[in-house]
Amino acid sequence: MDFSVTEEQKLIIETALRFVEEELYPYEEEVERTDAITPELVEQIKQKSIELGLYAAGMPEDCGGGGLDTLTMCMLDRALGRANMALNYTVYRPSNVLQACVGEQREKYLLPACRGEKVDCFAMTEPGAGSDVRGMKTFAKRDGSDFIINGTKHFISHADWADFVILMAATGEEDSARGKRKKITTFLVDKGTPGFTLRPGYKNVSHRGYHNFILDFEDCRIPESQVLGEVDKGFDVANDWLGATRLQVASLCLGRCDRALEHSLDWAANREQFGQKIAKFQGVSFKLADMKMRLKAAELLTYEAAWKYDNNCMEDMDAAIAKLNATEALAFIADEAIQIHGGMGVMSELPLERIWRDARIERIWEGTSEIQRHIISRALLRPLGA
Amino acid sequence: MKVLVPVKRVVDYNVKIRVKADQTGVETANVKMSMNPFDEIAVEQAVRMKEAGQAEEVIAVSIGPQQAQETIRTALAMGADRGILVQHDGEVEPLAVAKILKAVAEAEGPGVILCGKQAIDDDANQTAQMLSALLGWPQATFVSKLEIGSDEATATREVDGGLETIKVKLPAVCSVDLRLNEPRYASLPNIMKAKKKPIDTKSPADLGVDPAPRLTTVKVAEPPPRQAGVKVADVAELVAKLRDEAKVIG
Repeated sequence: MDFSVTEEQKLIIETALRFVEEELYPYEEEVERTDAITPELVEQIKQKSIELGLYAAGMPEDCGGGGLDTLTMCMLDRALGRANMALNYTVYRPSNVLQACVGEQREKYLLPACRGEKVDCFAMTEPGAGSDVRGMKTFAKRDGSDFIINGTKHFISHADWADFVILMAATGEEDSARGKRKKITTFLVDKGTPGFTLRPGYKNVSHRGYHNFILDFEDCRIPESQVLGEVDKGFDVANDWLGATRLQVASLCLGRCDRALEHSLDWAANREQFGQKIAKFQGVSFKLADMKMRLKAAELLTYEAAWKYDNNCMEDMDAAIAKLNATEALAFIADEAIQIHGGMGVMSELPLERIWRDARIERIWEGTSEIQRHIISRALLRPLGA
Repeated sequence: MKVLVPVKRVVDYNVKIRVKADQTGVETANVKMSMNPFDEIAVEQAVRMKEAGQAEEVIAVSIGPQQAQETIRTALAMGADRGILVQHDGEVEPLAVAKILKAVAEAEGPGVILCGKQAIDDDANQTAQMLSALLGWPQATFVSKLEIGSDEATATREVDGGLETIKVKLPAVCSVDLRLNEPRYASLPNIMKAKKKPIDTKSPADLGVDPAPRLTTVKVAEPPPRQAGVKVADVAELVAKLRDEAKVIG
């Protein structure tokens, strides 16, 4: 097996790390304190991100993207994942699913998204449809060549920055082996479309400056030309194009683990108590060893899954294992980092309390830890008929 | 005009240097290596000259082990056009480096050679000066501003006590100082382009140079830790200590 990192990957990581240190870290304190990121700052970071080719780096070159493969994107996301979510997101990657755009949709959504002229958000979750995605109640009823959409989506991240929504809505029912199930269609809905309104979502423990929103659709009329992929084939579009979003989450967790571990090593090697560096106490040094071990395992699982994705042999279980392991590693490492720092660890002067707070959502979004375990166990048991 | 930029692979400036247990040198195993920061400034200057139409080609050359190719690749990703790796695994002293660079310069015929003023590993600050002497070319060292004319360059040098502006005939050897510019990041598209740029590999022997060290390293040791200072009550005590203990005043 070849685990070497290529010269190009090393250079990309170096550029990304320098970008994070020079363009993102200086603004973290302000974003955390104000729970907001100014439009001017978003624009500033975005322009630099475009100049450096970090923007839309994972989209294909013929769409104006950087054409990076999934493995290299994981390395890039890991470097960018060190910064807080609001700043991290300004560097921006359009949803991979936009690659399903055809004809005029490419000019209207895909290409402007890669150029940095338009931002998307993805709306799937509903108050009554979390892990049970097909339980969604948002319904798009056909009316001639249009659809009329009614329903509510919530927990929709950065919908305030988005110029359009990639919306999943039910468009009917079909029979399956386990009874009736909803057919889902994906729509592209512009902000400002009559019948579509946006309101602030919930205050929460994580992600200062990066907000969630509630989307209301009330007799919102959308022409069929705004359907992404085929009608009733919304899940196929997602499966074919959404890409390795679970590996994206895993990679972001790796970056946060890196930062928490670095702070912990630095603290342990310099902080003195009882007349010696605290790293000399086994209670501290063994924590550092465990943190490194968990991080290394998460790294290898993530990179292996990404490599498989690029070589068309990744199974759902691979991504599930990588996501589950990396998110739980982050929870462990963030917590231990604070323990090593003692009281200083929970102070906002260090990024650790923020990493610890932000870590909580990682075990929930992009499929909860329970859903990941379900995927893994089903993959193991299904062949046994159990 | 061609611009030749020597780039050295050194221990990254962020790494805390550790002396090897056997005191033969500093630890480089499993240590992050990067391009010497002063060489980055030289590459940036060369690329800016190319962008301004003052140079046609920027050539990055590195002397070192196979891994020094990564350092060349960094220069290529910043905008250099091609690379030359003079592969050599052992230690190379400034004089050997200068001889190798002389041979490369004679083969390539650059209008200017831009060196970092020193490398942050040994801080020798000798290569550019030796190279200039070996080639018989003028030198401008510690340059913080550089204007290239058709047959001469105007260089502002950082010298003790201020700045000095000199003119040198081209071709010339320049060594660049910290304040000349701020090196760019390699952008993703340029990193991808760098992948396709050629790197020639040669050996010191190909260039007719014997790089065997002429100096012997006896011992490498950490500087002694600084002793704690003392507080003095007043000026009189300070003066007394300076005179009687430190003996720095009469």
